[in-house]
Amino acid sequence: MIADVPLLRRGRAALGLAQGVGSFLLTLGITLFGLVVVTFVIGRVVPIDPVLAVVGDRASGAVYERARTEMGLDRPLVEQFGLYLKKAVTGDFGRSVLTTNPVIDDIRSYFPATIELATLGTLIGTLIGVPLGVFAAVRSGSLLDQIVRIVGLVGYSVPIFWLGLMALLLFYAKLDWVAGPGRLDIAYDYMVTPVTGLLLVDSLLQGQVDVFWNAVSHIILPAALLGYFSLAYISRMTRALLLNELQQEYVVTARIKGLSEARVIWRHALRNAAVPLLTVVVLSYATLLEGSVLTETVFAWPGIGSYITNSLQNADLNAVLGGTLVVGAAFVTLNLISDLLYRLLDPRTR
Amino acid sequence: MAGASSLAAWLTTAEPQSRTQARLGHAWQSFRRLARNPTAIAGLAIVALLIFVAIFAPLLATHSPIASGDLRTERLLPPGPVFWLGTDDQARDIYSRLLYGSRLTLAVVILVSVIATPIGLAIGTISGYFGGWIDRVLMRITDIFLAFPRLVLALAFVAALGPGIENAIIAIAITAWPPYARLARAETLTIRNSDFIHAVRLQGGSSLRILVKHIVPLCLSSVTVRVTLDMAGIILTAAGLGFLGLGAQPPTPEWGTMIAQGRRFLMDQWWVAAVPGIAIFVVSLGFNLLGDGLRDALDPKAAR
Repeated sequence: MIADVPLLRRGRAALGLAQGVGSFLLTLGITLFGLVVVTFVIGRVVPIDPVLAVVGDRASGAVYERARTEMGLDRPLVEQFGLYLKKAVTGDFGRSVLTTNPVIDDIRSYFPATIELATLGTLIGTLIGVPLGVFAAVRSGSLLDQIVRIVGLVGYSVPIFWLGLMALLLFYAKLDWVAGPGRLDIAYDYMVTPVTGLLLVDSLLQGQVDVFWNAVSHIILPAALLGYFSLAYISRMTRALLLNELQQEYVVTARIKGLSEARVIWRHALRNAAVPLLTVVVLSYATLLEGSVLTETVFAWPGIGSYITNSLQNADLNAVLGGTLVVGAAFVTLNLISDLLYRLLDPRTR
Repeated sequence: MAGASSLAAWLTTAEPQSRTQARLGHAWQSFRRLARNPTAIAGLAIVALLIFVAIFAPLLATHSPIASGDLRTERLLPPGPVFWLGTDDQARDIYSRLLYGSRLTLAVVILVSVIATPIGLAIGTISGYFGGWIDRVLMRITDIFLAFPRLVLALAFVAALGPGIENAIIAIAITAWPPYARLARAETLTIRNSDFIHAVRLQGGSSLRILVKHIVPLCLSSVTVRVTLDMAGIILTAAGLGFLGLGAQPPTPEWGTMIAQGRRFLMDQWWVAAVPGIAIFVVSLGFNLLGDGLRDALDPKAAR
């Protein structure tokens, strides 16, 4: 009987895992479905007549009717939604009026720029934010703790687009430390063939060191800006999580055992805070993906955020809804992955 | 002096004579806790200043917020004795525009809370009180909205409804309610099986009466704290929509829109874009400080 216990435990763990993954997939499916419903509803309440947008306002009644039938707009709403859902699942969001390309192709060429920016931003935020949070927790109430609190508070209160403009003014226009808006200087355009779409990676792969450094001097400011907002969130959460761990009894035990303070903090306490911290980082990444809309506009960064706002200003609804759906899907997926990670990695939640 | 101390005594008495006295006493205690926190008082002062400026904007303004000045001589002037914070490209006084802009900021914050809070409260309390499949369906919908990216969703809503401050408010409210619903549900779950709820039900109180008269009031304080903490986010989203040209439309002196207009002159007349940004920052900071303080004062459990 006793020999069976580990086996039983392993079986139960596997079951818990399967349940976790199952409920993750279910929630993901339902949430993505909800997202499609919302964009469908938005597409229907819009005051623009989609048929007129295609045929133009000089078309005859017969042409108008034919286009309406072709677009499936004469069918019941439920059927229209079914059609919309089918298309959305296969990535068919129609054509962009502005660029005349299929929306999905546009998204494919714009999205890597956003990913590059958000990834670098999260990296900066994590690498600085976690140590800051740890020090703030360890020296709780000290001057450093106060500074970390203020840094976080400012991050929560300052409009990101305004800070971006001020940073451009200072570091680009006045000090000339970094390159200006855009991803590259015009001279370097089209010198790198996109493979991954991530300029920093592609230029290095192709041995184009000048292009790489030019790209770095363009990305560093927007990435630092996003990194700051991610830092504000991550350092605050790290501090709270670690403070909680430091009150636990195992920390007292470790100290009584005579472990060095550094070992107690970094090896014991931080390790136990690592799982929720990971979910915090994933969440912050998702927020940056979404929040890059404003940053991209300020820095003329050719990412999905710029694409959506450009399309918005030109009433290009297919592009707006397609972009919203893709960003939304990425956001929702990351959000739920952070939930799943928490369940998988923390044995207490099984 | 004697009057003040007897008032304090009346407020802090251990045996209140009426329900009003008890409530006032409770509020007084909360305020005392809040007042001990200097950053919370700073936040309160900023918010009070915002309200004051919004009310008295016509008296405090030195120029019209909308009408242009002399376009030949008064465009893009730096801050000076006549135009305290300089002028924009339409030769309008930035200081006066800023003052009137506070009305819009306040209106956005108030309207979004007035729309989103009741939705969240209703969905959360109904979900928690009735439980079962109602709870499951409502919470699933809440989760869907909670998982949505707020800014992008607000963008899409504005795309459909058309740009404008009213639609921006609706769009933000639609994306703001889910956390309130979650919170209200959690609070409802802890009180729905209390003796006093059973007592009301035995007296023949309807579910609606129990919800509105007994459960909602008990959820209000924690939801209020959460709403206050969200206000900075609401202001920033509204300003962001204005900056993208999707919120308030020119010549409305909305702060985000003002930054967008000043952006064209950033390199040489930087104050046109800088000043409204500082205003947004200070007001958001005020709401954040006040929200943190309120949380510590009203909800000691959540502190730390």
